[in-house]
Amino acid sequence: MREGSSPASRARGLGAKGYRHGARAALPLAIAVGGFGVSFGVLARSAGFGWLAPIVMSATTFAGSAQFAAVSIIRDAGSVAAAVTAALLLNARYGPIGVSVAPYLTGSSWSRLVRAQLVVDESWALASEGDGRFNSRVLIGAGLVLYASWVLGTAIGSIAGDALGDPATLGLDAAFPALFLALLVPQLRGRTPIMAALFGAAIALALTPITPAGIPIIAASAACLLGLRR
Amino acid sequence: MTSTWIVVTAVGLGTIAIKAVGPVLMGGRPLPRRLTGVVGLLAPALLAALVAVQTFGSGRALVVDERVVGVLVAAIALMVKAPSRRLSYDARLLFVVVIAAAATATARAVN
Repeated sequence: MREGSSPASRARGLGAKGYRHGARAALPLAIAVGGFGVSFGVLARSAGFGWLAPIVMSATTFAGSAQFAAVSIIRDAGSVAAAVTAALLLNARYGPIGVSVAPYLTGSSWSRLVRAQLVVDESWALASEGDGRFNSRVLIGAGLVLYASWVLGTAIGSIAGDALGDPATLGLDAAFPALFLALLVPQLRGRTPIMAALFGAAIALALTPITPAGIPIIAASAACLLGLRR
Repeated sequence: MTSTWIVVTAVGLGTIAIKAVGPVLMGGRPLPRRLTGVVGLLAPALLAALVAVQTFGSGRALVVDERVVGVLVAAIALMVKAPSRRLSYDARLLFVVVIAAAATATARAVN
């Protein structure tokens, strides 16, 4: 089943669908992720994290929004507990995301634990073949490329530091919603996925003003309960 | 310095655990049938939520700023399959991301 060529993957130009295809598909995203990594490095440095801690954080956590949240809370004189809680709440979506790819990650527990770390929003979306099916090789190939660009970008940002400009002036903050929109479009085949997308967005926007960061995205996953009707 | 490393360690270990829990406990086995339909909708629901929050969210506020310009330009580019239908999905993805950033940067510079 996993080796078959689904309409979704063909539409994405991933005909043979091996590690290399995942890596190639992730290359355009790696540019944005690397740029984001640079801005994380710059921000973390300015928040007093030094040059090494941001690199270690990117290498171990590998989840952009959570790392930004933790570092900006510390910069704004927030507590360690607040920073850690916010970051883990933002990453809580990787719980259900991990469950979704679990059937396709075979091998020993250790190898599954290691490969699970390469799951980020972008690699997961690229590996999705629709209808809840995932290609584990695309996931790993894409994940490795994104991991390398994230850690390298962070290193450049935290070492070169203030010599680089403010990423907002480059419009990098709009690159990410645009990227996720581009990843969303191939998923919208049929009425139910479109309904799930609309519900997910509505839940997230409704909760943004009233809950801590991270909760709106996790709560949006409730929209997938629409799948119970089938 | 110490609090930095507490944050780095706690967030790192916590995230590794969250990412691992599904694949380690349920890896290699098919999901129960009832769950398959639900999991299939996780991608559209979460991706749409990310688009919405990253376009309009600013801390706990919802704002309309220059990011909207970039995302709108991206949506149009995706609709017309710009710059060319004959390009691969990967190449168009890069195009979409770059023009979204450029549109937002331009709107910000003009404002």
